[in-house]
Amino acid sequence: MSTPQTPDSSGIFSGENRARLEMDAKEIISRYPKPRSALLPLLHLVQSEEGYVSNEGIAFCAEQLGLTTAEVTAVATFYTMYKRRPVGEYHVGVCTNPLCAVMGGDEIFAALKEHLGLENDETTEDGKISLEHLECNAACDFAPVVMVNWEFFDNQTPESAKKLVDDLRLGKDVKPTRGPDRLCTWKQASRVLAGFDDGRAAEGPQAGEASLAGLRLARERGWQAPDPAATAAKADEEGTK
Amino acid sequence: MTTLTPVLSRNWDRADSFTLAAYRENGGYEALRKALTMQPDAIVDLVKASGLRGRGGAGFPTGMKWGFLPKDNPKPRYLVVNADESEPGTCKDMPLLLANPHALVEGIAIASYAINSHQAFVYVRGEVLHVIRRLRHAVAEAYEAGLLGKDILGSGFDLDVVVHAGAGAYICGEETALLDSLEGYRGQPRLKPPFPAVAGLYASPTVVNNVESIASVPSIVANGAEWFSSMGTEKSAGFGFFSLSGHVKRPGQYEAPLGVTLRELLDMAGGIRDGHRLKFWTPGGSSTPIFTEEHIDIPLDFESVGAAGSMLGTRALQIFDETTSVVRVVRGWIEFYAHESCGKCTPCREGNSWMVQVLRRIEAGKGTQEDIDTLLDICDNLLGRSFCALGDGATSSVTSAIKYFREEFTAGTHTPAWELFPYQRTTRWANESVEEDA
Repeated sequence: MSTPQTPDSSGIFSGENRARLEMDAKEIISRYPKPRSALLPLLHLVQSEEGYVSNEGIAFCAEQLGLTTAEVTAVATFYTMYKRRPVGEYHVGVCTNPLCAVMGGDEIFAALKEHLGLENDETTEDGKISLEHLECNAACDFAPVVMVNWEFFDNQTPESAKKLVDDLRLGKDVKPTRGPDRLCTWKQASRVLAGFDDGRAAEGPQAGEASLAGLRLARERGWQAPDPAATAAKADEEGTK
Repeated sequence: MTTLTPVLSRNWDRADSFTLAAYRENGGYEALRKALTMQPDAIVDLVKASGLRGRGGAGFPTGMKWGFLPKDNPKPRYLVVNADESEPGTCKDMPLLLANPHALVEGIAIASYAINSHQAFVYVRGEVLHVIRRLRHAVAEAYEAGLLGKDILGSGFDLDVVVHAGAGAYICGEETALLDSLEGYRGQPRLKPPFPAVAGLYASPTVVNNVESIASVPSIVANGAEWFSSMGTEKSAGFGFFSLSGHVKRPGQYEAPLGVTLRELLDMAGGIRDGHRLKFWTPGGSSTPIFTEEHIDIPLDFESVGAAGSMLGTRALQIFDETTSVVRVVRGWIEFYAHESCGKCTPCREGNSWMVQVLRRIEAGKGTQEDIDTLLDICDNLLGRSFCALGDGATSSVTSAIKYFREEFTAGTHTPAWELFPYQRTTRWANESVEEDA
């Protein structure tokens, strides 16, 4: 399957919509002592409008910060989370960094490529799913890991990953392992990254099973950090010697 | 016998652990209250006395780093927290921020007061949406409760905290690349000196610390330097997360005193998966030279791991059993470094891409007699000659894997790695399918 044609973005950065985005941009810029620090969040902002960073999006960022489009393009192309072509409503990333790869990430990525008929960095024709292999996403104790729109799907198998993308294509509600109650879209995720809260921080579990492995064992065996009173007393004793 | 010492993870098993209310029930923000009654320099001295060393990999003494800020520089000072956790195998800061973000927020308030900074940033990697939500939520709760913002707890101390999401670049974990990224540029490392303490963010005096380092500070202020240094070893004081992943029965986070051994940790984690044995492991992520079964009793502290030829790094223990091809793993890691090299310096940019080609050839059983020497030669030209530590780190797995498993690289001249070590046998579900077959 091919990547969809680049859509026309002229309406997004003009008129009322532009005025709204300029307000957002002002708020982002106001967070920083120097305006240019706002560039990464501004790129997330334009990505939240179009699903990718278009040339028009780059021009918008450049104008807000008084930069040239070349300066903004140099930054936009450096970071892998900024997409220069539209990705799916659900962007699926499979970790294939060695730990995950060995635990089954390679098999999961191969299974999804075949199941979706996609190669790396391609999008289904219906625009629903794009697929990418990822580097380490800091969830190695839950390997193999799949991320969808940057939410954790832990301990995956080829079967669970195929069911996951099927459910996404069918529009079923999908719940990340350690994330909010329901997955948001790629554009919504980008808006959160730009710094606009979606009010869902309290949803989902506080920790996954692997995160709790050590604490559970410590509780079971009655292990804890030293009692501060005891160490303070010992220090006093040594001090008076 | 070493036992676990849950401090930062102590409250993770309550469902609302990430809320201000739950954190306060466990004594949260009492350390900040105490700190605000102390002289800032006394807090720096306390952290120095505790022996806390940076938990982001390099192990530089945290209090000393704070003490490097020049006294006579009139520019504003900044605290920047490095939450760009991306070193392969490293998975401690993200669960910490998900379950207990207030430990970091309180640590930021104390550290900022200690170094006289009124503006702090948390640079968190972008690919972890819910972690970012939780962290922002905690910061918002803290503002609302007067624990951040103007006149914190009536002390007259003001502090603003901005949570800044990155956009996908391993290199931004390097502190000067992180600063460039936070300034809105491509994340490329800067030449040092000047160090960030002198000219960091916006060329102002800046402290850059890892999440776990800063989150450990409230416990030191609350319980004392002696309490902290009663854990760990003389030169590697305190507790830290040991993150076990891979072929172990119960992978996960184990918060233990520094100096614990892999043998002890494996015992806690239920051992290697059934019917298999340890082959090789990383003590602190993919940038630290690999270890084998013979290193299982080495105390995991900065000195002991260093003396044994590796680095404690981020205590990211990636465990591989005997089904795993070391060539496959090293090839994957070097593909990672080639992908993540920022391209600024030639040894890292070119060296890694050439190594990928050689390693792919060896993995496919099409290596040449010269390939091992070629790899070692490239590593020799990379190590110590690249712009930042990330280039150095890339060589770790190659040279150590050749040292311990040279025969596997030699076998790559005639037999593909996937024939010697069938890849389907390494997966998480491999044992189940073996049982089903039987």
